[in-house]
This record gives sequence, C-alpha cells and structure tokens, in this order.
Amino acid sequence: MAATKASKEQKYDRQLRLWGDHGQESLENAHVCLINATATGTEILKNLVLPGIGAFTIVDGHTVSGEDVGNNFFLSNNSIGKNRAQAATELLQELNSDVSGNFVEESPDKLLDNDPEFFHRFTIVIGVQLPESTCLRLGSVLWSASVPFLVCKSYGLIGYMRLAVQEHTVIESHPDNALEDLRLYQPFAEFKNHIQSYDLDSMDKKDHSHTPWIIIVAKHLEKWLSEHNCQPPKTYKEKEAFRQFIREGILKKENGVPEDEENFEEAIKNVNTALNPTKIPSAVEDLFNCEQCNNITSQSPSFWVMLQAVKEFALKEGNGSLPVRGTIPDMIADSQKFINLQNVYREKAMQDAAAVSKHVERLLQSVGKPPESISEKDIKLFCKNAFFLRVVRCRSLAEEYSVDSVNKDEITSSMDNPDSEMVFYLMFRAVDRFYQQHSRYPGVYNYQVEDDISKLKLCVNSLLQEYSLNVNIKDDYIHEFCRYGAAEPHTVAAFLGGSAAQEAIKIISHQFVPFNNTFIYNAMSQTSATLQL
Amino acid sequence: MADTDEPEKKRRRVVELAEKMVVDGGSGRTCEWEGRWNHIKKFLERSGPFTHPDFEPSTESLQFMLETCKILVIGAGGLGCELLKDLALSGFHNIHVVDMDTIDLSNLNRQFLFRPKDVGRPKADVAADFINSRIPGCCVVPHFKKIQDLDETFYRQFHIIVCGLDSIVARRWMNGMLLSLLVYEDGVLDPGSIIPLIDGGTEGFKGNARVILPGMTACIDCTLELYPPQINFPMCTIASMPRLPEHCIEYVRVLLWPKEKPFGDGVILDGDDPEHIQWVYQRSLERAADFHITGVTYRLTQGVVKRIIPAVASTNAVIAAACATEVFKIASSAYIPLNNYMVFNDVDGLYTYTFEAERKENCSACSQVPLDLHYSPSSKLQEMLDYLTESASLQMKSPAITATVEGKNKTLYLQSVASIEERTRPNLSKTLKELGLTDGQELAVADVTTPQTMLFRLRFTS
Repeated sequence: MAATKASKEQKYDRQLRLWGDHGQESLENAHVCLINATATGTEILKNLVLPGIGAFTIVDGHTVSGEDVGNNFFLSNNSIGKNRAQAATELLQELNSDVSGNFVEESPDKLLDNDPEFFHRFTIVIGVQLPESTCLRLGSVLWSASVPFLVCKSYGLIGYMRLAVQEHTVIESHPDNALEDLRLYQPFAEFKNHIQSYDLDSMDKKDHSHTPWIIIVAKHLEKWLSEHNCQPPKTYKEKEAFRQFIREGILKKENGVPEDEENFEEAIKNVNTALNPTKIPSAVEDLFNCEQCNNITSQSPSFWVMLQAVKEFALKEGNGSLPVRGTIPDMIADSQKFINLQNVYREKAMQDAAAVSKHVERLLQSVGKPPESISEKDIKLFCKNAFFLRVVRCRSLAEEYSVDSVNKDEITSSMDNPDSEMVFYLMFRAVDRFYQQHSRYPGVYNYQVEDDISKLKLCVNSLLQEYSLNVNIKDDYIHEFCRYGAAEPHTVAAFLGGSAAQEAIKIISHQFVPFNNTFIYNAMSQTSATLQL
Repeated sequence: MADTDEPEKKRRRVVELAEKMVVDGGSGRTCEWEGRWNHIKKFLERSGPFTHPDFEPSTESLQFMLETCKILVIGAGGLGCELLKDLALSGFHNIHVVDMDTIDLSNLNRQFLFRPKDVGRPKADVAADFINSRIPGCCVVPHFKKIQDLDETFYRQFHIIVCGLDSIVARRWMNGMLLSLLVYEDGVLDPGSIIPLIDGGTEGFKGNARVILPGMTACIDCTLELYPPQINFPMCTIASMPRLPEHCIEYVRVLLWPKEKPFGDGVILDGDDPEHIQWVYQRSLERAADFHITGVTYRLTQGVVKRIIPAVASTNAVIAAACATEVFKIASSAYIPLNNYMVFNDVDGLYTYTFEAERKENCSACSQVPLDLHYSPSSKLQEMLDYLTESASLQMKSPAITATVEGKNKTLYLQSVASIEERTRPNLSKTLKELGLTDGQELAVADVTTPQTMLFRLRFTS
C-alpha cells in the first residue's frame, strides 16, 4: 500500500504541483462518462486517464470501421467490426492501471429511452459527435440532475466545445496576476503597531538597507497623510511626488551621493500597486448579492455557507474588508525583519479566519447542521482565496436552442465580422439540420460535395430564418463545410482532446475557472474564441 | 465532380479497389485497410475556398506523405510523444526522433508511450517501438543522442523539423543549425535549402506553437526577449538572509553540499537520486528552523533542486496538435501555415493569441550581418564577456572568444576546457588594447547556444 502511494506521488508529481493532493483526490474519486469513442472522444479520455481519474465509462453503440481506426490511436485494425466502446476501453485502460475502465455497448438514445437515470451516477458526462436531437435530450436529463455536460465536436478543421453546468463554484481559481493584499491603506491595529516599532531615522545602515519595502512605504505614507490632510496620493503627479519622497529617504554617503539601497528601489517600484485601497472585488460583491448566499438552508452547499459567513465578517469584524489573505511577496530584507512582518500578516489572517469560523458555526447551527460539517481547513482555504472566488453559471442547451431565448445579440454582433469564429457555430447548427433532414452529413462522398452545397445552404437559410438572425454567411463557409465531409482529422481531435480534458478536470476538481460556455477552435488560422450562447 | 471524364473515374475506381485489398505486412499485420485515410483524403483530394494558393487536389499527395516525406521530431517527452502519434495518424510514415534522455517515473503522467516497466530505457527507443507497433506501416527511427551529436548531413535529409524541447539553449542550437544549411546564390536565398522548423513549448497550463521558415521569418533568436533570463536568487540572500523556504534549499544545494560532500569527494548532487534529495531536505529543514522559516517540504526541495516545471497531459496535447497541424499544412500545401506564433493558456477559460513575430534586423542568429560591439580600448575583456552572457538578445552560456591578432588566431578566453580556462583567465582583466585588438576587427564567438561560430565586429569608442 505504502509503495503504491509513494510511486503514485512520483508518477503524478508534475501535476500535483498544479492542483495539489486534494485536487488529485477529487480526480481519483471521479467517474467520467464518454459518449462515442471517436478520435476526439478517446483523445479527451486519454488526457483524463493519464492524470488518474478514478473511473471512466464509454457509451457507444457503433462498431469500429476502417475509417475509425485510421484516425484513432486507441483502436487497432483487428478491432474492425467489434463494438467501439469495448475496443477503445481496452487500449485506454492500458494507459494507466490506477484507472478503472468500463463500457456500455449501447447508443445514448437507447439509454435515454430505457434508463435515463443511468447518467446520474457520473461526475461529468462528455458527449462527442452527437446529433442535435440526442444532445438536447441528454442535455435536459443532465441539467435536471445537476450533472455537468461537456459537448465536443471535431468537424474538418474546426473544433467545438459547449459546457452546460448550472452552477459551478470555484474557491481556488489560481489567478495568474493577483494583486497582493497588504492593507497599506487602512493598516489593521497589529500592522500599525508593527510599523511603529520601526524608526528609520535612527537605524544603522545595515538595518536601514534591509528594512522591508512594505514598512518603508507605510512609514512614508504616514508622514504624507499627516501633511496632506489625510489624503493619500491618487493622481499620477501625486504618486510621482510620493515616489520622490521615498527616494529622499535613501541614506546618503558623506559626499552626498545616495547609497545603494535596493529595498528603497523596491518600495518606489511598488508604489503604484501597493497604494490601492483594499476593496472587495466586484465579482465577490456580486456573489454576496446572490440568492444562494442570502438564503442559507440545510441544503446549501458549503461554498454559500462560507460565503455568507465572509459577508457577515466583512460587515462586522472586517470593517468593510474581506479576511486578510496573510501572504506577502518576497522582498529585500534581513530574515528576522521579513519573518516578523510576515507573521503579522499571518496572525491577522488566522484571526480573521477564526472570526469567519464563528459565523460559519452560527449559520450551520441556525439550519440545524453540526458545526463540523465544514472543516477549519476548508474555512481557512476559503478565506485565503476570498478575493478570487468565482462562480460559473452556464445557460442550458434548451435556452440556447429556444427561439425565445436564443442569444441573438451575441450572434449578430459577432457576425459584424463575417469571418469571426461565430460563423463556425452557425455552420455547425446548419450541419445538424442537414443531418436531421438527410440522415447523413454533407459531402461525405466525393460525388455528393457539389450537390450538397446548395442543400446545406437551404439549411443555413432556414436556420437564420427560424431564429430571425439577420446575418450573412459567406458561401465559402458553406462550401468548406461540404468539403470537410464530416472528416475528423486527428490533429484537430487531439487539440480538442487536450482542451476538453482540462475543462473536465476543472469541473471535477473545482480548481481553475472553466470556460463559459462555447469554445470554437479554428485550425486553419490557429485562432479560437469563447462565446456565451 | 459529376463531370469527371470516364478514364479518370475508372482510374479512381481502380485505386479504391486496390486500397480494399489487404497487404500483408510480414508479421500478419495488415498495413492498409479500407477507409484508413478517409479523414485525411478529403483535405488532399478536394479543392476548397480556403486552401493555399499553391494547392492542387491530388491523390498523389497522400503517397508523398506516406512514402517520401521525412519528418524529424526533436524530443520524445511530453510534446514528443504527442507529436509522434499526431504525425503517424496524419499520414506521415517516415519519422525520425531524437532524444538524449531515459524514462523517469514522473514522466508517466503525460508521456503516454511509456509504461512503468520502461523506466530507465531511452525515450527515443521506447517511443519509436510503441508507435511502430500501434500504427501499421509507420516507421519511426529513434536516435538516443544529443541534438549536437548529429551533423548537417543528418538534418539536411528532412522536409520538416518539429521541436518539442524543454530548453532554450537546445532550441537556439537547432535554429542555428537550420540557418547554417541555408544556401545563398548571389545574395538570394535558395528556397530549396529552407527546412521549416515548427517549435512547441509548454509550461503548466501555458504553451506556444510557432512556425519558423529559416532565413525568411522570425527565428528563435529574433524573439529571444520573449524568453526572459531565468531569475536566480542573489547570493547574499542565500548565504546570510534567507526569507523563503526556497532560499534555505538553495543554501544547501549551492553552499552546504560542496562543503560537506555528503556522498563523497566529487559526487555531484543528483536531483534524481532520492537519497541526495532526502539529505538536502533534512539540511534545508535545519536551515529553515534557524531562521524560523516554515514551508520546507520534500516536494519543494525536489522542485527547487531540479528546477521542476509543472506539467500535465492536456497542455502538451494541445500544443503538439497545433504543431502537427502545421506540419500537415506545410507538407500538403493544403492551407496557408500559421503566420507565425500562437500562444495558449487555459488557466481561466481557454485563451489563444496569434500574432506575427517579426524578424529582428540585427538578429544575432539570422541577420547575417556581423554584430558591432562598441568598447573603448581601455575596456577589459571581462566587460565583453559579461555583455555576451547578460544581454537579453544574446544570453550566451559560456562564450569562447577568439580573434586574429598579428596574423595569428588567438583564443582570448575559453571556459569549457579547464586548462585553457586557466591559461586565458588573466586576459579577462586585461584591456582590449593590451590584448592587441584593433578597431574594426572581427571577433569569433562560439557557444552552446549556436552550432556555428558567431562573428562580431569590434568598434572602438573614444
């Protein structure tokens, strides 16, 4: 047991550094359903099996064709004629013995007819190359059951993904460029005291040059406020003056030449970002105003309970601010000064988290739940990420497809540029219509291409008419989609395979932020777009 | 299509029938089967509104790609494994792959051609075996070597080269090699001597793919500033003022290990040896305790010592796929290739940005113009050495500088051979005048970042 644990840590080392042990645990508890083991499907699954999801189930009623084997790494030519779910499961399972692979030799339509609750057991369902009717039927079942649904298609040189999840909360969004939470504007009591303990004017050179820039800015800000009627520097001119003010604080040699004090240079460089007041981000304010936040019940997910607790904290102990994050960036300083300063922030963060904890307890009690329902660890993590909380809500497929709620604005404004990626979304919709009408895709055989162009154009026009979309789709795109003949070239499948798998991992782990809600990839130009439909 | 004349229709019918016939591959494996290339053929045999102006639909392109076209994949790691699969399934059956590494357990979360039983074996060999047995008819030839161990005769044989490297130095070397293969006639570049270079790179959830036509488009060195130099912690922080757990680990790696030689004289710290890492970890904990620093873990220790970059299968899949698409476009002329740089990031949703990286007029690698170096005659050679290593546009690792002085070839400074380093070290503190250098003279600089010697022109300032 211990040996496997150690070797798993080694095997997954490179990804554990991205989503941590708890992220990995959520993957290992997940059961993913893939519908249709086409190249796109198996590529997606490959990128989920390799990182070690707990289990997968492939649902596919098709038999393997020669064409299938030609673009699919997980089908071999001796599986031609066999059920595709079974054939693909074998070679995917072989990738990682930690993962449990299953297959159902059935079409999703049959399952929807006979046993729609079959799909309720999955952490996420990924549907690949689904005809529109199946997609919508399945979408409705999964939406009602709150099972996230990821729809994927590779068609010629175009990739398409659609995420349908009602409400997806993210505590650890891991933003790329987050501003530090330093509270220089309104220093909390312990920080104020700590700043008081410094007297820059009486320090020897060594101490002076190794004082953290945060202290330097704080000290100079104190002086500035007293000389400027408690008004901090706001305009560019004022900030310039403030930077100059700090520069004047640099020690000078006997001949008047300034010493080399890197910590002061750091202070000057950081003035711009450090002097921003600690506001509650608007995204978090929006969350505070949500119904789920303000109406805590015994059914409320812990995210909302903790959010309401943080909201109450902000109104009370926080004095209008979120809990202190507790981290500071590295900076030129001697060890002791840095550690002491870091501890000031750390202790305040712990204090704030404890206060939030009390609010959580009260809320849980008020709805008859035991206080242990939400752990201290979870509360601390929530507080640490309070500035970065995100909730993703996608529109349902039903909403997207309904004439009453179609997002006309998004479609027509995108199509102001007739070559925007939106045109591919419309072509997909038209192609789906073609399939509905003709029970086949356009241009699959060479002799069909020319005739299908006019047939596909009719589908385009009926689509635009039905939704009252006043847009123009160039004939070139109609021709191109007939040319594709529903081909699924491997490199496009592989691109989508990587993209979709990572979105699935985001959904499973609740880390990093999923897209909302349609992603189009154009391999001709190597461009992409995210649309909200 | 309906108007094709009868002989053409008949020829196509014959080809279709031939494809249906099973060809025995010797081991009872079939190398072709009906419909195998259907997904690809539509792009090779049909005209379309977005194809490259040079594109002509033909049934022969597939044969060219399968039988004649030769692709070189550099690296058989995260990107390399994906590239080999993508190319093999896109109709390329003559592929060579170069990789100097052996397989490690930590590779298995994304380098899917390898299994636990393969740990320790050369990546190139195992990757080639896997692809060749999974994809009938595909012939991947492995080279368990450094790219620098192969010469221009080797590289010249390829139509397209795709890189899945994890080092900027190696990229620059490859870049330099392809530039050195360019043939100019009367100052005009012979397009036949151009070998397109597709380069992919990934780091965590970020990646990029670019198309380089050596001599024509921006090369690796043209955009060197896009790769900022790696930041190392300052020595005084490491030695006397640690603040972060990383500082404690670096202290042990850089100062304590050479001092204590825990595993014997001359034994270098090996990041892959768990015993070494354990030693560093324990000592780092002690160092951290002395300064009341928290956060030293085994994982962090390994990460700092090995400079580990986090990696997942998904990003590698995306970037390799984009690169392979470009290989296909170029080999088949089916579409206009990426022009010329795509950036990808899926931390928050999915984001791509595509732009045309521009050639640098005075690029140290591809501009063919010897770069001017401006120094006063009383400048010391050390200054020049510092510039060569620290300048963002050159970023050399250990440049060796030679010059023709008084008719003789003189090595001014060379680091890589200990005896020569010792002999030429005093030159670093000599002035350029003392070394006998004259205004306008050529200096030749060799470095690992380029296979060819770089020429500079010395210009004296007053």
